Amino acid sequence: MSDYLEKLDHVINADDPTLGDTEIQNYTINFGPQHPAAHGVLRLVMELDGEIVERCDPHVGLLHRGTEKLIEHKTYLQALPYFDRLDYCSPLGMEHSYVLAIEKLLNLEVPLRAQYLRVFFAELTRICNHMLNLGSHVMDVGAMTPNLWLFEIREDCLNFFERASGARMHSAYFRPGGVHQDVPLKLLTDIADWLDTRLPRLFEDAMSLVVDNRIFKQRNVDIAVVSKEDALKWGFSGPMIRGSGIPWDIRKAQPYDVYDRMEFDVPVGTNFDCYDRFMVRVEEVRQSVRIMKQCLSEMPEGPVASFDRKVVPPKRGEMKRSMEALIHHFKLYTEGFHVPAGEVYVATESPKGEFGVYLVADGSNKPYRCKIRPTAFSHLQAMDFMMKGHMLADTTAVLGAMDIVFGECDR
Amino acid sequence: MGHSAPKVVNPEGIAQEIAGLLGAMLVETVDHADELSFTIVREKLADAMLLLRDKAGYQQLMEVAGVDYPERPDRFEVCYHLLSVTRNHRVRVKVSTDEDMPVPTVTHIWPVAGWLEREVFDMYGVIFGGNTDLRRILTDYGFKGHPQRKDFPLTGYVELRYSEEDKRVVYEPVKLAQDFRSFDFMSPWEGAQYVLPGDEKAPQAPGAPSPAPAPPPPPAAPKGEPKADTPKTTDKPGVSGAGEPADSEANKKSEDKA
Repeated sequence: MSDYLEKLDHVINADDPTLGDTEIQNYTINFGPQHPAAHGVLRLVMELDGEIVERCDPHVGLLHRGTEKLIEHKTYLQALPYFDRLDYCSPLGMEHSYVLAIEKLLNLEVPLRAQYLRVFFAELTRICNHMLNLGSHVMDVGAMTPNLWLFEIREDCLNFFERASGARMHSAYFRPGGVHQDVPLKLLTDIADWLDTRLPRLFEDAMSLVVDNRIFKQRNVDIAVVSKEDALKWGFSGPMIRGSGIPWDIRKAQPYDVYDRMEFDVPVGTNFDCYDRFMVRVEEVRQSVRIMKQCLSEMPEGPVASFDRKVVPPKRGEMKRSMEALIHHFKLYTEGFHVPAGEVYVATESPKGEFGVYLVADGSNKPYRCKIRPTAFSHLQAMDFMMKGHMLADTTAVLGAMDIVFGECDR
Repeated sequence: MGHSAPKVVNPEGIAQEIAGLLGAMLVETVDHADELSFTIVREKLADAMLLLRDKAGYQQLMEVAGVDYPERPDRFEVCYHLLSVTRNHRVRVKVSTDEDMPVPTVTHIWPVAGWLEREVFDMYGVIFGGNTDLRRILTDYGFKGHPQRKDFPLTGYVELRYSEEDKRVVYEPVKLAQDFRSFDFMSPWEGAQYVLPGDEKAPQAPGAPSPAPAPPPPPAAPKGEPKADTPKTTDKPGVSGAGEPADSEANKKSEDKA
């Protein structure tokens, strides 16, 4: 070996690269759109120097469905289910921003029980989302078992959503003015049991395999370090900005619904790498459990939707007795309600970060413009600078720690 | 109590502070639903954003949204949503432009603006001067047009399918099996802007409509024997069996019974 190197030393001549075998060209590879670690339809065009990523150009939009255009042609209520289909891993988080934006334009008060139910199910959504993300992150870097265990929890969550709304994923449960229907007491007690027993057991078991695992740490610690300044410049939010050490959580800073009554901690990263982002999410699951338990103990009895009959349709039983209710029902499901002209930008802390809805109303029954601010868009854009100088195999770890879902990114 | 959307408290005198900071660059300030919007002179956008970031403490650009108002001379509005994590406050900065006038880029202030501007360019055709990477982002490779414009049809112009003959995906003009339908459920007496069915025949002022003339009577049936392809079979009593023979038969029976 030493004589080979010595020989090479004499051969290499920077002025004449044809001498020896030193001429190396960067080459470009295409990652995705069909790749199991691309978390959907992501196409990455990467320029590699050996195994080092020099440049990374994500091509998004392969799942673009024109949601914003479609919403402009629907009434406010008809547009609601599109939000489930944005980030299909955390549907209620998406609905939350939209219904709050409508309520802000209408200045509509929501009954307390409905606010508690929304927070309760938004946190269940966060758990559900993080189960998928944590599981797929560890699977992307080589572990199989934790993902299977975490999917058990996710399955439980989906069953709870089904019992509350009738649908496992696309719930359309949050409505302008409240929630669609009240939940049975048995569901709440079952979730309370689940929070006390099954969830911590499965979750902590799965995490005990991962968090101190040598291989997992080797794949994640010191990968894609993002400083605080960079996190601000690149528009990070949610676990990504907290992973970069900025304690910014919209639930704390600009509380909506009953988050101002909840007691929970905001975890932040200290090393600003992929491992920190992972651990921030792990801790967020525990904090979500805390919030859900507080909701269960404090949730009052009462109506679950506003009594403003010009916005919230009456229940079936009321329609059988009251002509007025029948008229309201008919008008709300044909014409829909009118929203006074104005514009609002409402952002909530969705499981993936700041999910915003910029709603422009013109006084009619349809949104004039509904701009959706996806979380993944700005995170994915930072991929180029986060990947620079890392190995090709780190791509999956960086992507996994970003928590990207293309339904939301591409809209 | 009101709505339960995220509580953002406008700091005391923030509108005056920003107005003083921006000076002549500011066109208009709107305070609606506890949200502040500042309309800026388009050419001065980058300077204003730099001031807002460095002097006023709005560190993050969260969103760039385009809006199309076809009836305005400058039809596009580009709305920048800024967030200050230190002051816990959001503001909106707007500029308006048309199809040709470029908006100064802010990518040198916030690198995140790169994709956000690309999206506005893709969806509306707004040009951002200084953005070096103004490619389409969400639409298909080789897409034509700007789909979020109000004059772009919801169904688009082309559709694609996999062609078994060509062994590739082919693009074709949109063929709708059913005409595109857009139902308007607006109350006719609450600001619907269209002519009610039937009203188009009465152009005079509303309030005292004169009755529309009666429609012309249907054309009279031609005289003489009606012509039909298959003649009726039970026209005459002799054919149907009705009439005298049947009647007498019926009477006889009733007599027998009596």
